Amino acid sequence: MRQRLVLIGNGMAGVACVDQILKHGAPFDVTIFGDETHVNYNRIMLSSVLAGEKEFDDIVLNDIDWYRKHGIKARLGVRIEAIDREARTVAGSDGSITPYDKLIFATGSNAFVPPIEGSDKNGVFVWRTLDDTRQLVGMSGPGIKAAVIGGGLLGLEAARGLQVRGCDVTVIHIAGHLMERQLDPTGGSYLTQKMNGLGVKVLTGKSTKAVLGNGHVEGLRFADGSEIDANLVVIAAGIRPNSGLARAAGLEVNRGIVVSDHMETSDPNIYAVGECTEHRGQLFGLVAPLFDQGKVLAAAITGRPGEGFQASAPAAKLKIMGVDVFSAGDLDESKPGTESVRFEDPSLGIYKKLVLRENRLVGVVLVGDASDDHRYVNWIRTKEDLTKQRRHLLTPPPAADAGFDVAQMADSETVCGCLGVTKGAIIEAIHQHGISTLGQLKDRTRASTGCGTCAQVCQSILKAVSPEFEEEKAKVMCDCVRFNQEQVREMIRTQRLKSVQEVLDIYGNGIGCEICKPAISYMVDVAWCGDHDEDRSARYINDRVHANIQKDGTFSVVPRMRGGVTTPSELRRIADVADKYKVPMVKVTGSQRLDLLGVRKEDLPKIWEELGMPSGQAYTKGLRMVKTCVGSEFCRFGTQDAIKTGVELETRLENLFSPHKTKLAVVGCPRNCAEATVKDIGLIGQDGSWQVVVGGAAGKGVRKADLLVTVATSEEAIEAAEIFFQYYRENASYLERTYDFLERLGIEKVRRETIYAADDVRAGLIDRLRKSKARSYDAWLEGRQPRTTQFVQISPIETWSSV
Amino acid sequence: MNKPDWIRIAPVTDIPVREGRAVKIGDLEVAIFNLGSDFVAIENRCPHKGGPLADGIVSTLGDSVTVTCPLHNWRVCIDTGAVRKPSAQNACVRTFAVRIKDGLVMISKAPAAAEQEAAA
Ligand code: SRM
Ligand SMILES: Cc1cc2nc3c(=O)[nH]c(=O)nc-3n(C[C@H](O)[C@H](O)[C@H](O)COP(=O)(O)OP(=O)(O)OC[C@H]3O[C@@H](n4cnc5c(N)ncnc54)[C@H](O)[C@@H]3O)c2cc1C
Ligand code: SF4
Ligand code: FES
Repeated sequence: MRQRLVLIGNGMAGVACVDQILKHGAPFDVTIFGDETHVNYNRIMLSSVLAGEKEFDDIVLNDIDWYRKHGIKARLGVRIEAIDREARTVAGSDGSITPYDKLIFATGSNAFVPPIEGSDKNGVFVWRTLDDTRQLVGMSGPGIKAAVIGGGLLGLEAARGLQVRGCDVTVIHIAGHLMERQLDPTGGSYLTQKMNGLGVKVLTGKSTKAVLGNGHVEGLRFADGSEIDANLVVIAAGIRPNSGLARAAGLEVNRGIVVSDHMETSDPNIYAVGECTEHRGQLFGLVAPLFDQGKVLAAAITGRPGEGFQASAPAAKLKIMGVDVFSAGDLDESKPGTESVRFEDPSLGIYKKLVLRENRLVGVVLVGDASDDHRYVNWIRTKEDLTKQRRHLLTPPPAADAGFDVAQMADSETVCGCLGVTKGAIIEAIHQHGISTLGQLKDRTRASTGCGTCAQVCQSILKAVSPEFEEEKAKVMCDCVRFNQEQVREMIRTQRLKSVQEVLDIYGNGIGCEICKPAISYMVDVAWCGDHDEDRSARYINDRVHANIQKDGTFSVVPRMRGGVTTPSELRRIADVADKYKVPMVKVTGSQRLDLLGVRKEDLPKIWEELGMPSGQAYTKGLRMVKTCVGSEFCRFGTQDAIKTGVELETRLENLFSPHKTKLAVVGCPRNCAEATVKDIGLIGQDGSWQVVVGGAAGKGVRKADLLVTVATSEEAIEAAEIFFQYYRENASYLERTYDFLERLGIEKVRRETIYAADDVRAGLIDRLRKSKARSYDAWLEGRQPRTTQFVQISPIETWSSV
Repeated sequence: MNKPDWIRIAPVTDIPVREGRAVKIGDLEVAIFNLGSDFVAIENRCPHKGGPLADGIVSTLGDSVTVTCPLHNWRVCIDTGAVRKPSAQNACVRTFAVRIKDGLVMISKAPAAAEQEAAA
């Protein structure tokens, strides 16, 4: 008869273990109880959900089909309240009694709430589950003063998520420096500076005594008598194994459920896995060793006990963009024979420390630059004698790719710590299945589907190993200019080239083509903020006559109507012009403005003059329009003035060119009537704040825009849009829309290099945008002083009598 | 028709370097290009769907100088008039001999190659 296996806890460790058991092909009837109502999801990624980078759907690990496919009975929303070991049954909160032959505890941890007076007030949260996360999202926003109690990994990630959502955040930490378990005091102070740089305040050495307020939290009081205001509090002061149920059932429980090397408890029919366990006196708080536990348990329960579980050196990485922190191994410097090697650069904000014992690495701390973490983890694991490498411990020989050389990694080295995928396994998958994208690699190997921090390394391996990827990388602009765009940009800057012809003469074949000429035209424009030598012969016809060419060689005229707003007199002029020049078609466009179609080239200057409106640039790679909705001035649901903000935004960005067309929208509330979530840049009004989203699309493909930042005022929202726009102008390949640009870079990198970049970097972007803007002008003014025969058809001096 | 019958078109300065301009001569539309070193002329009608070649970008393909049609990027060799891309097409546009005299562009009904032979 098939054995009945019951799992208590539908979380990361338990479900991964069941997955392993299924791989062994064991004949179990499996029932999983979970007191959360959700299918198994990636708890680690709750940080990204809080920060608005991911939705719930993105973090599901096992969807309901998975349970069905394997015949697993999932009892979600049911809590196991008691266990009868004699009768071998578990009692659920729904009154059910379920018998088992084998039982696994995977109940995880609970958030630890220290004794603080008033911690039961409204507005005080812990953060462990998806439901907690949703509550926090609902409560946060500009104008909210948030306090996070606890400056460890979880607390800092909470602080950053709330900050991204617009809260004013303070982290309160009881120890003398942040992440004191993983960092030394110097590392901690570097981290504090980084957090301050993100706009998060940090108070250390503060013990919270009381939550103030009448029913709802209003502030905190500390042991030293000082107080701060807060209307949202998150307690992230540590976790405690969830072992009460096991204790009540009479199992051996210390702090966690005591398990053997094969994950057995004191009852031969009961096992435990995950954060609820205690193994040789050790507790767990990170997922990597828990997956190992799952593998060991799966082998044991199916009767193939192999080598027992051995806890590896703990390694912790902070998942905050722009704040690289990594720590692993034993940092105790007081043991005999220990020495430490350090590197510090205060202005770069980089701090590194290696702890060596008898010339072998035992621990490492990296702040500000964690790109070498793999090298160090490997050294710790292999206990390699480092005598010969003493000179290069902290400064590895420069490598081509972001300071990290995949070639130096051994095949046995683990790339994805969460799912235990080695470099060798990745390479094998690439070769066997012809993988060329990160997406395919994830599908095959699950690498980087955990916390995601190894995505860069996976990408580097792909680049190095996948033949297709290599081809992509070597892509040249065209046959005339045999360099990639990155290189051409670099040449323009370093050689101070200001015209297309110079680039073609030096790096091309002297003539060029329709692919390289417009691209280089754009590049010299952006590189010199508009102070370049404009060469119209290198421009596509649309940019020579400032109108869009049509199938019969005529042109279309789309005047600018900022924010889609027009006036009766503009409409009258448009009507007059259409009559006078017999324009064959007047049409409302998909971008909230009017189009005069079928205009003859020679009529363009006169029409522009008579319209008396600026160019809508509907014909070029540049800022198109800012669509707006009605907004708070008229609409009964409006929370922000979309029209005014949209018109202002369009005024600031109009006449600027970009790698591809750029389309924006501003809406007054999340009903999103002007479709801001599918625009290159969108501003979405909320009550008291704006969300700025980027990289949306609804053209050839549809892509929902990513959240860049949440800010309080319209001015801040406009500035965020400006910073992103300039960043896109400077960094995207020519003809790369924002939706591809974001897919390529990832929103984390974009945020890190825009909104969360250092002050001077942001100021630089704004400054260059302003410079370009100052040199830009309404192209239709050229109609008044045309270049030689720009719009005319030449009439010959003589003609043949017969042709 | 063998002997070129030259007509004066316009001052050379009317056609900026590396650009083309259309000129209508009776029912015929000719695209004249200023290549810097010399001028060339072809019929201003793309063999594909009649696109205005004078509005195209002067380009190269292999060792021939071409113009890229602004409508769908066909490339037409401006010396021979032959379509070079898509390569399977063996369509052709008419070419005209060009000569510069007294700062004026002059063209002839004779094809460009005939003029070269005549000059040789
Ligand atoms: C006039 C207009 C259609 C209309 O009557 O509504 C239009 C007309 C053209 N669109 Fe569009 N698009 C127009 C709104 C849109 C929109 C809607 C919007 O802007 O909200 C989209 C989807 C959003 C987007 O841009 O992605 C749109 C997505 C495209 C695309 C696909 C872009 C993509 O990457 O997915 C192309 C092709 C391309 O750019 O490569 C395109 C290309 C074109 C071109 C320029 C094709 C061309 O190169 O000649 C069309 C010119 C027709 C002509 O003869 O003048 N048009 N086009 C709209 C002008 C808006 C304006 O006022 O500026
Ligand atoms: C925001 C956040 C960020 C994190 N980031 C990282 C990171 O970057 N790296 C890392 O390694 N780790 C990280 N962690 C920790 C990681 O998520 C945990 O180590 C891991 O989830 C533990 O797995 P588990 O199965 O033991 O517990 P859980 O995933 O918590 O699963 C336990 C499940 O059991 C359920 N349960 C408990 N008691 C019962 C009962 N009596 N009846 C029914 N169900 C019950 C619980 O509701 C829960 O769903 C993070 C955690 C959080 C909260
Ligand atoms: S969808 Fe756009 S590109 Fe296609 S025919 Fe219509 S206007 Fe032209
Ligand atoms: S008309 Fe010239 S390419 Fe189509």
